[in-house]
Amino acid sequence: MGADLSLRNPADRRTSRRRPGRPQLIRIATITVLLLFVLFGFPQLLSLYYIDTMTQVAVYSMVTLALGVLVGRVGLVSLGQVAVLAIGAWVAARLLFATTQPYPVVLLEAGLITMVAGVLIGLPALRLRGLYLALITLMFAGAITVVLATLNFPNGGHGFTGYNGSLVHIPPIRRPAIAGGDPAYFRYAVIVAILMFALVLAHTKTKPGRAWAAIRQSEPAALAAGINTTLYKLWAFALASFITGVAGGVLAGAVHYLYSIGFPTQDSITLLAVTLMGGVYSMWGAVVAALLYQFLPALLNNWGVSADWLTILFGLGVLQVLTTAPAGLADQVPKDLARLGRLLSRLLSRRSPAPGKTT
Amino acid sequence: MIEVEGLTVRYGGVTSLDDMSLKFQEGTCGLIGPNGAGKTTFFNVLSGFVRPAAGTVRAYGVDLLSMAHFRRARWGVRRTFQTEQAIEELSVFDNVAMVHEHTKLGAATRRTDVLDAIGFVGLDADPKTPDAKVRTLTAGQRRLVEVARAVVGRPRLVLLDEPAAGLPDEETSHLAEVIRAIPEHTGALTILVDHDMSLVSACCTTTAVLDFGKLIASGPTAAVLRNDDVIRAYLGVA
Repeated sequence: MGADLSLRNPADRRTSRRRPGRPQLIRIATITVLLLFVLFGFPQLLSLYYIDTMTQVAVYSMVTLALGVLVGRVGLVSLGQVAVLAIGAWVAARLLFATTQPYPVVLLEAGLITMVAGVLIGLPALRLRGLYLALITLMFAGAITVVLATLNFPNGGHGFTGYNGSLVHIPPIRRPAIAGGDPAYFRYAVIVAILMFALVLAHTKTKPGRAWAAIRQSEPAALAAGINTTLYKLWAFALASFITGVAGGVLAGAVHYLYSIGFPTQDSITLLAVTLMGGVYSMWGAVVAALLYQFLPALLNNWGVSADWLTILFGLGVLQVLTTAPAGLADQVPKDLARLGRLLSRLLSRRSPAPGKTT
Repeated sequence: MIEVEGLTVRYGGVTSLDDMSLKFQEGTCGLIGPNGAGKTTFFNVLSGFVRPAAGTVRAYGVDLLSMAHFRRARWGVRRTFQTEQAIEELSVFDNVAMVHEHTKLGAATRRTDVLDAIGFVGLDADPKTPDAKVRTLTAGQRRLVEVARAVVGRPRLVLLDEPAAGLPDEETSHLAEVIRAIPEHTGALTILVDHDMSLVSACCTTTAVLDFGKLIASGPTAAVLRNDDVIRAYLGVA
């Protein structure tokens, strides 16, 4: 035992953890190149239609990221995320009309106010799980939709709601001064999304991440180890709501005009479906989910195919993921590609020595 | 030391513990009884998962029932579960280190402490085991991970809920050695619930017997196992 301890000295472990290995460096480099390409290549290569679509992908990648934290990390199923997004968008729109604060400050405030709302929604989660929690959050989403349909989104009017009742002469929701145009705003949205992904990474790699893993796998074990499960569950709801609130703020600037019909209750269900399809255990899964949710319909629209077909496709997709790939497409596709590569190389290597053998 | 007075737990109309009073001093103590006698309920009350209808529980003079469940674990009430609850996706080390998440000890001390607990239960025979994911381990090793999590740091009360269930004989005898050593190694009062009477008599100096939520016998293990009431209610007539 003593010998074992001296061999496994804490300092060794710390340095070995700090210094990233070669595969990790390659991964970091790949991600950096990919992000640079997205930030500077996309606006050059894509038409305005697809740039707007990719801005939406950036916004919804934050929403699916947040949902992934709840479902994948902590095991809490929420069907109210679109309503949370709507709250973030509402707060941001109101603040953007009412104040001249810089955009990042408004995003932060929208995130924080949505966070408070999210924690309130999270309170039932302390006693409920699974189907019942899903039901409660779905009801909440429905309630928010009703409230929004009555109040409407702010459009530059006065008072708390900021709605002027007019359907014409509506001022657009402003964008940050440095990102007025669509390509620039796309970059802005991607950078905000990167920050949110970093925020989640900072959580999952540290104490909260370990506590969430423990809660998801065994709440009794987490409690027996002295983990304050109440605190960490609410923390997860707070983090998810903050990120979704920030996403709502980015969405407000992206679309310029917000309408309550843009946040239907059933979209929360579709969001959960694509999040599961993308993969709830990895951050790539959130990106894949956002592409499925925003890019795919835009692509189909462009081809003149009705995006309604996607409901069927997503249904089959969820079935496929639940039965064969619990970690989602983000996990399955690379594995399948590697398998395909191995198969091809085996076929090729079998074919090449063959002529030599026959002679 | 633990003193339980008039403990009553009801689930709807079912009385799971009925005015139970009990005192365990030190060492490893056994708690036996037929299925449904209230043994796990008793553990659940101690660890704060179940709120009793009446009664008091004092451990080393501290009123346990007034503490939140996670605080009890931090104070030193540790347990294992009837259905093993090691976290599959974490390593053995991280499973045990979970207990230290909230302590203010330095990283090096925590690490030494966790490795000490892993060594204590004998999971360090293969130097790769502490870093292995729990899902790669055998059922017996997983039980030991749970025990290591229960003894790491400074436990005051270690509750073992059927740790030998489903284990082959050789692993049970290793487990018996570990359980016997817990009080001396950690200074904690250890309570063992198990249906394996040879394990109970091998580990426990004192044993209490529950039947339908009532305490029907308590005292030195050998004497309790010869008690007529116990034989009738639980062990069966030979």
